[in-house]
Amino acid sequence: MYDKEKIIPGLIVFVLIAVFPILYNRGNAGHIPNPEKPKAARECVRPVQDMRESHMQLLIDWRTDVIRDNGARYATAAGGTRYARSLQLGCMKCHDSKRKFCDECHNYAAVKPYCWDCHIEPKENM
Amino acid sequence: MKVLQSLLLVLALIVIALVVAVIPGGQTLIGKVLPYLAFAVFIGGFIAKVVGWSRSPVPFRIPTTAGQEESLPWIKPNRFDNPSTTFGVIVRMLLEVTMFRSLFRNTKAEIHDGPKLVYGSSKYLWLFALIFHYSFLTVVIRHLRLFLNPVPGFVQAISFADGFLQVGSPSVMISGLTLVLGVLLLLLRRMIRPQVRYISLVNDYFPLLLILSIAVSGILMRYFLRVDIVSVKQLIVGLATFHPVIPGQVGAIFFVHLFLVCCLMAYFPFSKLMHMGGVFLSPTRNMANNSRKVRHINPWNDPAIKPHSYADYEDEFREFMKEAEIPVEKE
Ligand code: HEC
Ligand code: HEC
Ligand code: HEC
Repeated sequence: MYDKEKIIPGLIVFVLIAVFPILYNRGNAGHIPNPEKPKAARECVRPVQDMRESHMQLLIDWRTDVIRDNGARYATAAGGTRYARSLQLGCMKCHDSKRKFCDECHNYAAVKPYCWDCHIEPKENM
Repeated sequence: MKVLQSLLLVLALIVIALVVAVIPGGQTLIGKVLPYLAFAVFIGGFIAKVVGWSRSPVPFRIPTTAGQEESLPWIKPNRFDNPSTTFGVIVRMLLEVTMFRSLFRNTKAEIHDGPKLVYGSSKYLWLFALIFHYSFLTVVIRHLRLFLNPVPGFVQAISFADGFLQVGSPSVMISGLTLVLGVLLLLLRRMIRPQVRYISLVNDYFPLLLILSIAVSGILMRYFLRVDIVSVKQLIVGLATFHPVIPGQVGAIFFVHLFLVCCLMAYFPFSKLMHMGGVFLSPTRNMANNSRKVRHINPWNDPAIKPHSYADYEDEFREFMKEAEIPVEKE
Protein backbone atom coordinates (compact mmCIF):
# COMPACT_ATOMS: atom_id res chain seq x y z
CA MET A 1 0.00 0.00 0.00
CA TYR A 2 1.44 3.33 -1.05
CA ASP A 3 0.82 6.67 0.69
CA LYS A 4 -0.52 4.91 3.79
CA GLU A 5 -0.06 8.00 5.90
CA LYS A 6 -2.58 9.88 3.76
CA ILE A 7 -4.99 7.17 2.66
CA ILE A 8 -5.65 5.63 6.07
CA PRO A 9 -6.59 8.95 7.76
CA GLY A 10 -8.72 9.74 4.70
CA LEU A 11 -10.59 6.46 5.06
CA ILE A 12 -11.02 7.04 8.79
CA VAL A 13 -12.58 10.43 8.10
CA PHE A 14 -14.87 8.84 5.53
CA VAL A 15 -16.05 6.14 7.95
CA LEU A 16 -16.55 8.69 10.74
CA ILE A 17 -18.75 10.82 8.50
CA ALA A 18 -20.69 7.77 7.33
CA VAL A 19 -21.44 6.54 10.84
CA PHE A 20 -22.00 10.04 12.23
CA PRO A 21 -25.68 9.34 13.14
CA ILE A 22 -24.66 6.24 15.10
CA LEU A 23 -22.01 8.15 17.04
CA TYR A 24 -24.32 11.12 17.58
CA ASN A 25 -27.24 9.14 19.00
CA ARG A 26 -24.98 6.94 21.14
CA GLY A 27 -27.54 4.15 21.20
CA ASN A 28 -30.20 6.40 22.71
CA ALA A 29 -33.33 6.92 20.63
CA GLY A 30 -34.14 10.01 22.72
CA HIS A 31 -37.50 11.53 23.49
CA ILE A 32 -40.37 10.02 21.48
CA PRO A 33 -43.16 12.52 20.94
CA ASN A 34 -46.26 12.01 23.01
CA PRO A 35 -48.77 14.65 21.91
CA GLU A 36 -51.37 15.33 24.58
CA LYS A 37 -54.84 14.02 23.64
CA PRO A 38 -57.63 16.61 23.94
CA LYS A 39 -59.73 16.01 27.05
CA ALA A 40 -62.96 17.59 25.85
CA ALA A 41 -63.26 15.99 22.41
CA ARG A 42 -63.43 12.34 21.38
CA GLU A 43 -62.64 12.42 17.68
CA CYS A 44 -60.43 14.40 15.36
CA VAL A 45 -61.67 15.96 12.16
CA ARG A 46 -60.34 12.98 10.19
CA PRO A 47 -59.23 9.46 11.17
CA VAL A 48 -56.17 9.65 13.40
CA GLN A 49 -53.82 7.92 10.95
CA ASP A 50 -54.80 10.38 8.20
CA MET A 51 -54.18 13.25 10.59
CA ARG A 52 -50.74 11.99 11.52
CA GLU A 53 -49.83 11.64 7.87
CA SER A 54 -51.31 14.69 6.22
CA HIS A 55 -52.70 17.26 8.67
CA MET A 56 -50.51 19.92 7.03
CA GLN A 57 -52.17 19.31 3.68
CA LEU A 58 -55.61 19.40 5.24
CA LEU A 59 -54.79 22.74 6.84
CA ILE A 60 -53.57 24.32 3.62
CA ASP A 61 -56.59 22.94 1.75
CA TRP A 62 -58.87 24.56 4.32
CA ARG A 63 -56.93 27.78 3.98
CA THR A 64 -57.31 27.80 0.20
CA ASP A 65 -60.91 26.72 0.25
CA VAL A 66 -62.09 29.09 2.99
CA ILE A 67 -60.10 32.19 2.10
CA ARG A 68 -59.68 31.99 -1.67
CA ASP A 69 -62.65 29.93 -2.85
CA ASN A 70 -65.15 31.16 -0.30
CA GLY A 71 -65.69 27.61 1.02
CA ALA A 72 -67.69 26.63 4.09
CA ARG A 73 -66.22 27.77 7.41
CA TYR A 74 -67.75 24.87 9.36
CA ALA A 75 -67.98 21.14 8.75
CA THR A 76 -68.92 17.96 10.56
CA ALA A 77 -66.59 15.05 11.36
CA ALA A 78 -67.51 11.40 10.69
CA GLY A 79 -68.70 10.96 14.29
CA GLY A 80 -70.93 14.05 14.18
CA THR A 81 -68.63 16.58 15.87
CA ARG A 82 -69.06 20.05 14.39
CA TYR A 83 -65.83 21.99 13.94
CA ALA A 84 -64.55 25.18 12.37
CA ARG A 85 -62.30 24.72 9.31
CA SER A 86 -59.72 27.00 10.80
CA LEU A 87 -56.31 26.80 12.38
CA GLN A 88 -56.95 29.00 15.40
CA LEU A 89 -60.68 28.37 15.82
CA GLY A 90 -60.59 24.72 14.68
CA CYS A 91 -57.53 22.67 15.56
CA MET A 92 -56.55 24.83 18.47
CA LYS A 93 -60.05 24.76 20.02
CA CYS A 94 -59.62 21.04 20.76
CA HIS A 95 -55.81 20.85 20.81
CA ASP A 96 -55.58 23.80 23.16
CA SER A 97 -51.84 23.70 23.81
CA LYS A 98 -49.49 24.22 20.91
CA ARG A 99 -46.55 23.40 23.12
CA LYS A 100 -47.87 20.07 24.43
CA PHE A 101 -49.41 18.98 21.14
CA CYS A 102 -48.09 20.37 17.85
CA ASP A 103 -44.59 21.14 19.13
CA GLU A 104 -44.15 17.63 20.57
CA CYS A 105 -43.99 16.14 17.08
CA HIS A 106 -42.59 19.17 15.30
CA ASN A 107 -39.52 19.38 17.51
CA TYR A 108 -38.96 15.68 16.94
CA ALA A 109 -39.23 16.02 13.17
CA ALA A 110 -37.51 19.42 13.16
CA VAL A 111 -40.27 21.32 11.39
CA LYS A 112 -41.19 24.87 12.31
CA PRO A 113 -44.46 25.75 10.58
CA TYR A 114 -44.37 29.45 9.77
CA CYS A 115 -48.14 29.70 10.32
CA TRP A 116 -47.50 31.15 13.75
CA ASP A 117 -45.82 34.20 12.22
CA CYS A 118 -49.37 35.50 11.77
CA HIS A 119 -51.78 33.13 13.49
CA ILE A 120 -51.96 33.48 17.25
CA GLU A 121 -51.28 30.41 19.30
CA PRO A 122 -53.56 29.67 22.26
CA LYS A 123 -52.42 31.04 25.62
CA GLU A 124 -50.70 28.28 27.53
CA ASN A 125 -52.35 27.73 30.92
CA MET A 126 -49.45 26.45 32.91
CA MET B 1 -31.35 1.09 -26.06
CA LYS B 2 -28.95 1.21 -23.11
CA VAL B 3 -31.12 3.80 -21.46
CA LEU B 4 -34.12 1.51 -21.88
CA GLN B 5 -32.24 -1.39 -20.31
CA SER B 6 -31.32 0.80 -17.35
CA LEU B 7 -34.88 2.03 -17.06
CA LEU B 8 -36.14 -1.56 -17.01
CA LEU B 9 -33.63 -2.42 -14.29
CA VAL B 10 -34.84 0.46 -12.13
CA LEU B 11 -38.48 -0.40 -12.77
CA ALA B 12 -37.74 -4.00 -11.81
CA LEU B 13 -36.25 -2.79 -8.52
CA ILE B 14 -39.34 -0.69 -7.84
CA VAL B 15 -41.62 -3.67 -8.54
CA ILE B 16 -39.53 -5.90 -6.26
CA ALA B 17 -39.76 -3.29 -3.51
CA LEU B 18 -43.52 -2.93 -3.94
CA VAL B 19 -44.04 -6.67 -3.78
CA VAL B 20 -41.75 -7.18 -0.81
CA ALA B 21 -43.37 -4.25 1.05
CA VAL B 22 -46.78 -5.97 1.02
CA ILE B 23 -45.88 -9.62 1.67
CA PRO B 24 -45.79 -10.57 5.37
CA GLY B 25 -42.36 -10.03 6.88
CA GLY B 26 -41.31 -7.99 3.86
CA GLN B 27 -41.36 -4.72 5.77
CA THR B 28 -39.12 -6.23 8.42
CA LEU B 29 -36.73 -7.32 5.68
CA ILE B 30 -36.55 -3.90 4.01
CA GLY B 31 -36.83 -1.89 7.23
CA LYS B 32 -34.59 -3.82 9.60
CA VAL B 33 -32.22 -6.11 7.70
CA LEU B 34 -31.53 -4.63 4.30
CA PRO B 35 -30.25 -1.23 5.51
CA TYR B 36 -27.56 -2.88 7.65
CA LEU B 37 -26.51 -5.17 4.81
CA ALA B 38 -26.43 -2.34 2.30
CA PHE B 39 -24.51 -0.08 4.66
CA ALA B 40 -21.95 -2.81 5.38
CA VAL B 41 -21.46 -3.40 1.66
CA PHE B 42 -21.14 0.35 1.13
CA ILE B 43 -18.48 0.89 3.80
CA GLY B 44 -16.65 -2.39 3.21
CA GLY B 45 -16.72 -2.05 -0.56
CA PHE B 46 -15.62 1.57 -0.41
CA ILE B 47 -12.62 0.75 1.78
CA ALA B 48 -11.71 -2.29 -0.32
CA LYS B 49 -11.82 -0.19 -3.49
CA VAL B 50 -9.63 2.57 -2.07
CA VAL B 51 -7.15 0.11 -0.59
CA GLY B 52 -7.04 -1.66 -3.95
CA TRP B 53 -6.23 1.59 -5.70
CA SER B 54 -3.58 2.44 -3.15
CA ARG B 55 -1.73 -0.71 -4.12
CA SER B 56 -0.95 0.67 -7.57
CA PRO B 57 2.28 2.60 -7.58
CA VAL B 58 2.24 6.00 -9.22
CA PRO B 59 5.62 6.30 -10.85
CA PHE B 60 5.93 9.89 -11.84
CA ARG B 61 4.62 13.26 -10.90
CA ILE B 62 2.13 14.07 -13.60
CA PRO B 63 2.42 17.72 -14.53
CA THR B 64 -0.75 19.17 -15.98
CA THR B 65 -0.33 21.85 -18.53
CA ALA B 66 -3.15 23.94 -17.12
CA GLY B 67 -0.73 26.35 -15.52
CA GLN B 68 2.89 27.49 -15.66
CA GLU B 69 5.00 25.18 -13.56
CA GLU B 70 7.54 26.56 -11.14
CA SER B 71 10.87 27.13 -12.86
CA LEU B 72 13.09 30.20 -13.03
CA PRO B 73 12.51 32.88 -10.42
CA TRP B 74 11.42 35.50 -12.95
CA ILE B 75 8.76 33.28 -14.53
CA LYS B 76 5.53 33.53 -12.58
CA PRO B 77 4.32 30.06 -11.64
CA ASN B 78 0.65 29.21 -11.33
CA ARG B 79 0.64 28.07 -7.73
CA PHE B 80 -2.74 26.33 -7.70
CA ASP B 81 -3.17 25.02 -11.23
CA ASN B 82 0.34 23.59 -11.33
CA PRO B 83 1.36 23.49 -7.68
CA SER B 84 4.83 22.62 -6.50
CA THR B 85 3.99 22.59 -2.80
CA THR B 86 1.68 20.50 -0.62
CA PHE B 87 -0.33 23.61 0.23
CA GLY B 88 -0.89 24.28 -3.45
CA VAL B 89 -2.03 20.68 -3.93
CA ILE B 90 -4.51 21.00 -1.09
CA VAL B 91 -5.96 24.16 -2.61
CA ARG B 92 -6.15 22.54 -6.04
CA MET B 93 -7.88 19.50 -4.56
CA LEU B 94 -10.34 21.64 -2.60
CA LEU B 95 -11.19 23.63 -5.71
CA GLU B 96 -11.60 20.40 -7.64
CA VAL B 97 -13.87 18.82 -5.05
CA THR B 98 -15.98 21.89 -4.33
CA MET B 99 -15.99 23.66 -7.72
CA PHE B 100 -15.30 20.87 -10.26
CA ARG B 101 -12.61 22.87 -12.03
CA SER B 102 -11.70 20.02 -14.35
CA LEU B 103 -15.22 20.06 -15.72
CA PHE B 104 -15.00 23.81 -16.12
CA ARG B 105 -12.19 23.23 -18.61
CA ASN B 106 -14.33 20.92 -20.69
CA THR B 107 -14.03 21.67 -24.40
CA LYS B 108 -15.98 20.68 -27.44
CA ALA B 109 -14.60 19.97 -30.90
CA GLU B 110 -16.59 20.77 -33.99
CA ILE B 111 -15.88 20.50 -37.70
CA HIS B 112 -16.95 23.54 -39.70
CA ASP B 113 -16.98 24.10 -43.46
CA GLY B 114 -13.56 24.16 -44.90
CA PRO B 115 -13.14 21.57 -43.35
CA LYS B 116 -11.95 23.38 -40.27
CA LEU B 117 -11.65 21.89 -36.77
CA VAL B 118 -12.79 24.29 -34.08
CA TYR B 119 -12.44 23.89 -30.32
CA GLY B 120 -14.69 25.82 -27.99
CA SER B 121 -15.48 25.92 -24.32
CA SER B 122 -18.36 23.79 -23.12
CA LYS B 123 -19.62 24.56 -19.65
CA TYR B 124 -22.84 22.54 -19.64
CA LEU B 125 -21.41 19.51 -17.90
CA TRP B 126 -19.84 21.72 -15.24
CA LEU B 127 -23.06 23.60 -14.63
CA PHE B 128 -25.24 20.47 -14.54
CA ALA B 129 -22.79 18.70 -12.24
CA LEU B 130 -22.76 21.65 -9.84
CA ILE B 131 -26.56 21.78 -9.72
CA PHE B 132 -26.79 18.05 -9.21
CA HIS B 133 -24.09 17.55 -6.59
CA TYR B 134 -24.98 20.50 -4.39
CA SER B 135 -28.67 19.58 -4.47
CA PHE B 136 -27.79 16.04 -3.55
CA LEU B 137 -25.61 17.23 -0.67
CA THR B 138 -28.38 19.48 0.64
CA VAL B 139 -30.91 16.68 0.41
CA VAL B 140 -28.61 14.31 2.30
CA ILE B 141 -27.98 16.87 5.06
CA ARG B 142 -31.71 17.58 5.35
CA HIS B 143 -32.38 13.86 5.78
CA LEU B 144 -30.24 13.92 8.92
CA ARG B 145 -33.30 15.27 10.72
CA LEU B 146 -34.66 11.72 10.50
CA PHE B 147 -31.42 10.16 11.78
CA LEU B 148 -30.48 12.42 14.69
CA ASN B 149 -32.45 13.02 17.85
CA PRO B 150 -32.34 15.82 18.97
CA VAL B 151 -31.84 17.48 15.59
CA PRO B 152 -28.73 19.69 15.60
CA GLY B 153 -28.88 23.34 14.60
CA PHE B 154 -27.07 23.10 11.28
CA VAL B 155 -29.63 20.62 9.94
CA GLN B 156 -32.47 22.92 10.99
CA ALA B 157 -30.71 25.91 9.46
CA ILE B 158 -30.27 24.13 6.12
CA SER B 159 -33.88 22.89 6.13
CA PHE B 160 -35.05 26.41 6.87
CA ALA B 161 -32.99 27.91 4.05
CA ASP B 162 -34.10 25.15 1.69
CA GLY B 163 -37.77 25.77 2.45
CA PHE B 164 -37.63 29.53 2.54
CA LEU B 165 -39.93 29.93 -0.44
CA GLN B 166 -42.70 28.92 2.01
CA VAL B 167 -44.77 27.52 -0.80
CA GLY B 168 -47.41 25.01 0.21
CA SER B 169 -47.57 22.78 3.19
CA PRO B 170 -45.44 20.75 3.71
CA SER B 171 -43.15 23.48 2.39
CA VAL B 172 -41.57 22.91 -0.99
CA MET B 173 -37.85 22.21 -0.61
CA ILE B 174 -35.80 23.85 -3.35
CA SER B 175 -33.09 21.19 -3.33
CA GLY B 176 -35.61 18.46 -4.11
CA LEU B 177 -36.62 20.20 -7.31
CA THR B 178 -33.09 21.12 -8.34
CA LEU B 179 -31.94 17.55 -7.68
CA VAL B 180 -34.47 16.21 -10.17
CA LEU B 181 -33.56 19.02 -12.55
CA GLY B 182 -29.85 18.18 -12.25
CA VAL B 183 -30.35 14.46 -12.86
CA LEU B 184 -32.60 15.16 -15.84
CA LEU B 185 -30.08 17.57 -17.35
CA LEU B 186 -27.25 15.06 -16.95
CA LEU B 187 -29.45 12.34 -18.40
CA LEU B 188 -30.58 14.44 -21.36
CA ARG B 189 -27.00 15.46 -22.05
CA ARG B 190 -26.10 11.79 -22.37
CA MET B 191 -29.09 11.03 -24.53
CA ILE B 192 -29.00 14.05 -26.84
CA ARG B 193 -25.33 14.74 -27.60
CA PRO B 194 -24.35 12.06 -30.13
CA GLN B 195 -20.71 11.85 -29.02
CA VAL B 196 -21.68 11.28 -25.40
CA ARG B 197 -24.50 8.91 -26.27
CA TYR B 198 -22.08 6.82 -28.33
CA ILE B 199 -19.85 6.17 -25.31
CA SER B 200 -22.63 5.79 -22.73
CA LEU B 201 -23.20 2.38 -21.20
CA VAL B 202 -25.79 0.86 -18.91
CA ASN B 203 -23.55 1.67 -15.96
CA ASP B 204 -23.70 5.34 -16.96
CA TYR B 205 -27.47 5.49 -17.22
CA PHE B 206 -28.34 3.17 -14.37
CA PRO B 207 -26.96 5.30 -11.50
CA LEU B 208 -28.66 8.40 -12.90
CA LEU B 209 -31.99 6.62 -13.25
CA LEU B 210 -31.63 5.03 -9.83
CA ILE B 211 -31.00 8.43 -8.25
CA LEU B 212 -33.90 9.87 -10.23
CA SER B 213 -36.18 7.11 -8.95
CA ILE B 214 -35.06 7.79 -5.38
CA ALA B 215 -35.72 11.50 -5.76
CA VAL B 216 -39.11 10.95 -7.38
CA SER B 217 -40.20 8.44 -4.72
CA GLY B 218 -39.12 10.91 -2.04
CA ILE B 219 -41.04 13.75 -3.65
CA LEU B 220 -44.10 11.54 -4.04
CA MET B 221 -43.83 10.61 -0.39
CA ARG B 222 -43.41 14.17 0.84
CA TYR B 223 -46.04 15.95 -1.23
CA PHE B 224 -48.51 13.35 -2.48
CA LEU B 225 -48.67 9.94 -0.81
CA ARG B 226 -47.93 11.20 2.69
CA VAL B 227 -46.52 8.87 5.32
CA ASP B 228 -46.39 9.32 9.06
CA ILE B 229 -43.05 11.06 9.52
CA VAL B 230 -42.97 10.48 13.28
CA SER B 231 -43.09 6.68 12.74
CA VAL B 232 -40.56 6.93 9.91
CA LYS B 233 -38.15 8.75 12.18
CA GLN B 234 -38.67 6.15 14.91
CA LEU B 235 -37.76 3.47 12.38
CA ILE B 236 -34.64 5.26 11.18
CA VAL B 237 -33.41 6.32 14.62
CA GLY B 238 -34.04 2.69 15.63
CA LEU B 239 -31.63 1.61 12.91
CA ALA B 240 -29.04 4.15 13.97
CA THR B 241 -29.24 3.03 17.60
CA PHE B 242 -29.21 -0.70 16.77
CA HIS B 243 -32.73 -1.23 18.12
CA PRO B 244 -34.60 -1.50 14.83
CA VAL B 245 -38.38 -1.23 15.07
CA ILE B 246 -41.27 -1.08 12.58
CA PRO B 247 -43.58 1.33 14.39
CA GLY B 248 -47.16 2.20 13.54
CA GLN B 249 -48.38 2.22 9.98
CA VAL B 250 -45.88 3.35 7.42
CA GLY B 251 -46.99 3.49 3.79
CA ALA B 252 -45.49 1.20 1.13
CA ILE B 253 -43.97 4.19 -0.67
CA PHE B 254 -41.54 4.60 2.22
CA PHE B 255 -40.32 1.03 1.81
CA VAL B 256 -39.87 1.56 -1.92
CA HIS B 257 -37.81 4.67 -1.19
CA LEU B 258 -35.73 2.86 1.44
CA PHE B 259 -35.22 -0.17 -0.81
CA LEU B 260 -33.95 2.01 -3.66
CA VAL B 261 -31.59 3.84 -1.30
CA CYS B 262 -30.24 0.48 -0.08
CA CYS B 263 -29.70 -0.56 -3.69
CA LEU B 264 -27.79 2.65 -4.31
CA MET B 265 -25.60 2.13 -1.24
CA ALA B 266 -24.83 -1.47 -2.11
CA TYR B 267 -24.17 -0.62 -5.75
CA PHE B 268 -22.01 2.39 -4.95
CA PRO B 269 -18.58 0.77 -4.44
CA PHE B 270 -18.86 -1.21 -7.67
CA SER B 271 -19.93 1.66 -9.85
CA LYS B 272 -18.63 4.86 -11.37
CA LEU B 273 -20.08 6.59 -8.32
CA MET B 274 -16.83 5.64 -6.58
CA HIS B 275 -15.43 8.85 -8.07
CA MET B 276 -16.49 10.20 -4.67
CA GLY B 277 -13.43 8.51 -3.20
CA GLY B 278 -11.51 8.35 -6.44
CA VAL B 279 -11.28 12.10 -6.96
CA PHE B 280 -8.90 12.27 -3.99
CA LEU B 281 -6.68 9.67 -5.60
CA SER B 282 -6.46 11.18 -9.08
CA PRO B 283 -2.75 11.44 -9.85
CA THR B 284 -3.20 14.57 -11.93
CA ARG B 285 -4.83 16.34 -8.98
CA ASN B 286 -3.08 15.06 -5.87
CA MET B 287 0.62 15.36 -6.67
CA ALA B 288 2.82 18.40 -6.45
CA ASN B 289 4.68 19.03 -9.67
CA ASN B 290 8.14 19.31 -8.14
CA SER B 291 10.06 16.97 -10.41
CA ARG B 292 12.64 19.68 -10.99
CA LYS B 293 13.40 20.04 -7.30
CA VAL B 294 13.00 16.54 -5.86
CA ARG B 295 14.17 13.21 -7.21
CA HIS B 296 11.31 10.72 -7.35
CA ILE B 297 12.28 7.08 -7.51
CA ASN B 298 9.97 4.89 -9.51
CA PRO B 299 8.43 2.65 -6.83
CA TRP B 300 8.35 -0.45 -8.99
CA ASN B 301 12.05 -0.34 -9.78
CA ASP B 302 13.75 -3.62 -8.87
CA PRO B 303 16.31 -2.73 -6.18
CA ALA B 304 18.52 -5.55 -7.43
CA ILE B 305 19.06 -3.70 -10.69
CA LYS B 306 21.72 -1.12 -9.97
CA PRO B 307 22.11 2.07 -12.01
CA HIS B 308 24.30 1.52 -15.01
CA SER B 309 26.04 4.63 -16.27
CA TYR B 310 27.44 5.08 -19.76
CA ALA B 311 30.98 4.94 -18.41
CA ASP B 312 30.28 1.53 -16.86
CA TYR B 313 28.65 0.39 -20.05
CA GLU B 314 31.70 1.36 -22.05
CA ASP B 315 33.99 -0.43 -19.60
CA GLU B 316 31.92 -3.54 -20.03
CA PHE B 317 31.71 -3.55 -23.80
CA ARG B 318 34.85 -1.60 -24.82
CA GLU B 319 36.46 -4.48 -26.70
CA PHE B 320 33.31 -5.34 -28.63
CA MET B 321 32.74 -1.73 -29.47
CA LYS B 322 36.24 -1.26 -30.80
CA GLU B 323 35.85 -4.40 -32.85
CA ALA B 324 32.70 -3.02 -34.40
CA GLU B 325 34.45 0.34 -34.90
CA ILE B 326 32.07 2.17 -32.65
CA PRO B 327 33.81 5.27 -31.27
CA VAL B 328 34.61 5.03 -27.55
CA GLU B 329 35.34 7.88 -25.16
CA LYS B 330 38.20 6.23 -23.28
CA GLU B 331 40.78 4.23 -25.17
C1 HEC C 1 -63.20 18.39 17.50
C2 HEC C 1 -61.97 18.48 18.18
C3 HEC C 1 -60.72 18.36 17.28
C4 HEC C 1 -60.40 19.21 16.29
C5 HEC C 1 -61.16 20.40 15.71
C6 HEC C 1 -59.12 18.76 15.79
N1 HEC C 1 -58.71 17.65 16.48
FE1 HEC C 1 -57.03 16.60 16.18
N2 HEC C 1 -57.60 15.23 17.51
C7 HEC C 1 -58.72 15.32 18.30
C8 HEC C 1 -58.79 14.15 19.14
C9 HEC C 1 -59.88 13.84 20.17
C10 HEC C 1 -57.67 13.36 18.82
C11 HEC C 1 -57.29 12.02 19.42
C12 HEC C 1 -57.99 10.95 18.64
C13 HEC C 1 -57.64 9.57 19.08
O1 HEC C 1 -56.55 9.38 19.62
O2 HEC C 1 -58.45 8.71 18.79
C14 HEC C 1 -56.95 14.07 17.80
C15 HEC C 1 -55.79 13.60 17.21
C16 HEC C 1 -54.99 14.35 16.36
C17 HEC C 1 -53.72 13.96 15.84
C18 HEC C 1 -53.02 12.64 16.10
C19 HEC C 1 -52.26 12.74 17.40
C20 HEC C 1 -51.58 11.47 17.79
O3 HEC C 1 -51.39 11.30 18.99
O4 HEC C 1 -51.25 10.69 16.94
C21 HEC C 1 -53.24 14.98 15.09
C22 HEC C 1 -51.91 15.05 14.34
C23 HEC C 1 -54.23 16.01 15.11
N3 HEC C 1 -55.29 15.60 15.89
C24 HEC C 1 -54.11 17.22 14.46
C25 HEC C 1 -55.17 18.10 14.32
C26 HEC C 1 -55.11 19.25 13.45
C27 HEC C 1 -53.89 19.69 12.65
C28 HEC C 1 -56.32 19.83 13.51
C29 HEC C 1 -56.78 21.04 12.70
C30 HEC C 1 -56.74 20.81 11.28
C31 HEC C 1 -57.13 19.08 14.42
N4 HEC C 1 -56.38 18.02 14.90
C32 HEC C 1 -58.42 19.39 14.77
C33 HEC C 1 -59.65 16.35 18.31
C34 HEC C 1 -59.68 17.38 17.41
C1 HEC D 1 -48.87 36.18 6.39
C2 HEC D 1 -49.62 35.82 7.55
C3 HEC D 1 -50.16 34.38 7.57
C4 HEC D 1 -49.43 33.23 7.57
C5 HEC D 1 -47.89 33.08 7.54
C6 HEC D 1 -50.35 32.15 7.62
N1 HEC D 1 -51.63 32.63 7.64
FE1 HEC D 1 -53.34 31.53 7.66
N2 HEC D 1 -54.43 33.21 7.56
C7 HEC D 1 -53.93 34.48 7.56
C8 HEC D 1 -55.07 35.41 7.46
C9 HEC D 1 -54.92 36.91 7.45
C10 HEC D 1 -56.23 34.63 7.38
C11 HEC D 1 -57.64 35.15 7.19
C12 HEC D 1 -58.48 34.95 8.39
C13 HEC D 1 -59.93 35.10 8.01
O1 HEC D 1 -60.27 35.83 7.09
O2 HEC D 1 -60.71 34.40 8.65
C14 HEC D 1 -55.81 33.26 7.43
C15 HEC D 1 -56.68 32.17 7.40
C16 HEC D 1 -56.30 30.86 7.50
C17 HEC D 1 -57.22 29.74 7.50
C18 HEC D 1 -58.70 29.77 7.29
C19 HEC D 1 -59.66 30.18 8.29
C20 HEC D 1 -59.26 30.74 9.61
O3 HEC D 1 -59.87 31.67 10.07
O4 HEC D 1 -58.34 30.20 10.23
C21 HEC D 1 -56.47 28.62 7.66
C22 HEC D 1 -56.95 27.18 7.74
C23 HEC D 1 -55.09 29.04 7.74
N3 HEC D 1 -55.02 30.40 7.64
C24 HEC D 1 -54.02 28.17 7.87
C25 HEC D 1 -52.71 28.57 7.84
C26 HEC D 1 -51.62 27.65 7.88
C27 HEC D 1 -51.73 26.14 7.97
C28 HEC D 1 -50.48 28.38 7.81
C29 HEC D 1 -49.04 27.86 7.82
C30 HEC D 1 -48.71 26.89 6.83
C31 HEC D 1 -50.88 29.78 7.72
N4 HEC D 1 -52.24 29.85 7.73
C32 HEC D 1 -49.99 30.80 7.65
C33 HEC D 1 -52.61 34.85 7.66
C34 HEC D 1 -51.55 33.99 7.62
C1 HEC E 1 -48.26 13.22 15.46
C2 HEC E 1 -47.30 14.27 15.43
C3 HEC E 1 -47.78 15.67 15.00
C4 HEC E 1 -48.69 16.47 15.63
C5 HEC E 1 -49.44 16.18 16.90
C6 HEC E 1 -48.76 17.66 14.85
N1 HEC E 1 -47.93 17.60 13.77
FE1 HEC E 1 -47.75 18.98 12.30
N2 HEC E 1 -46.29 17.88 11.45
C7 HEC E 1 -45.84 16.66 11.91
C8 HEC E 1 -44.73 16.24 11.10
C9 HEC E 1 -43.94 14.96 11.29
C10 HEC E 1 -44.54 17.23 10.12
C11 HEC E 1 -43.47 17.24 9.03
C12 HEC E 1 -43.93 16.54 7.83
C13 HEC E 1 -42.87 16.50 6.78
O1 HEC E 1 -41.80 17.09 6.95
O2 HEC E 1 -43.12 15.89 5.76
C14 HEC E 1 -45.55 18.24 10.36
C15 HEC E 1 -45.70 19.37 9.59
C16 HEC E 1 -46.64 20.33 9.81
C17 HEC E 1 -46.85 21.47 8.98
C18 HEC E 1 -46.07 21.80 7.70
C19 HEC E 1 -44.73 22.40 8.08
C20 HEC E 1 -43.82 22.67 6.92
O3 HEC E 1 -43.38 23.79 6.81
O4 HEC E 1 -43.54 21.75 6.16
C21 HEC E 1 -47.85 22.21 9.52
C22 HEC E 1 -48.41 23.50 9.00
C23 HEC E 1 -48.28 21.51 10.71
N3 HEC E 1 -47.52 20.37 10.85
C24 HEC E 1 -49.27 21.95 11.56
C25 HEC E 1 -49.60 21.33 12.74
C26 HEC E 1 -50.45 21.90 13.75
C27 HEC E 1 -51.11 23.25 13.65
C28 HEC E 1 -50.51 21.01 14.77
C29 HEC E 1 -51.22 21.15 16.11
C30 HEC E 1 -52.63 21.31 16.01
C31 HEC E 1 -49.72 19.87 14.40
N4 HEC E 1 -49.16 20.10 13.17
C32 HEC E 1 -49.57 18.75 15.16
C33 HEC E 1 -46.31 15.95 12.98
C34 HEC E 1 -47.28 16.39 13.85
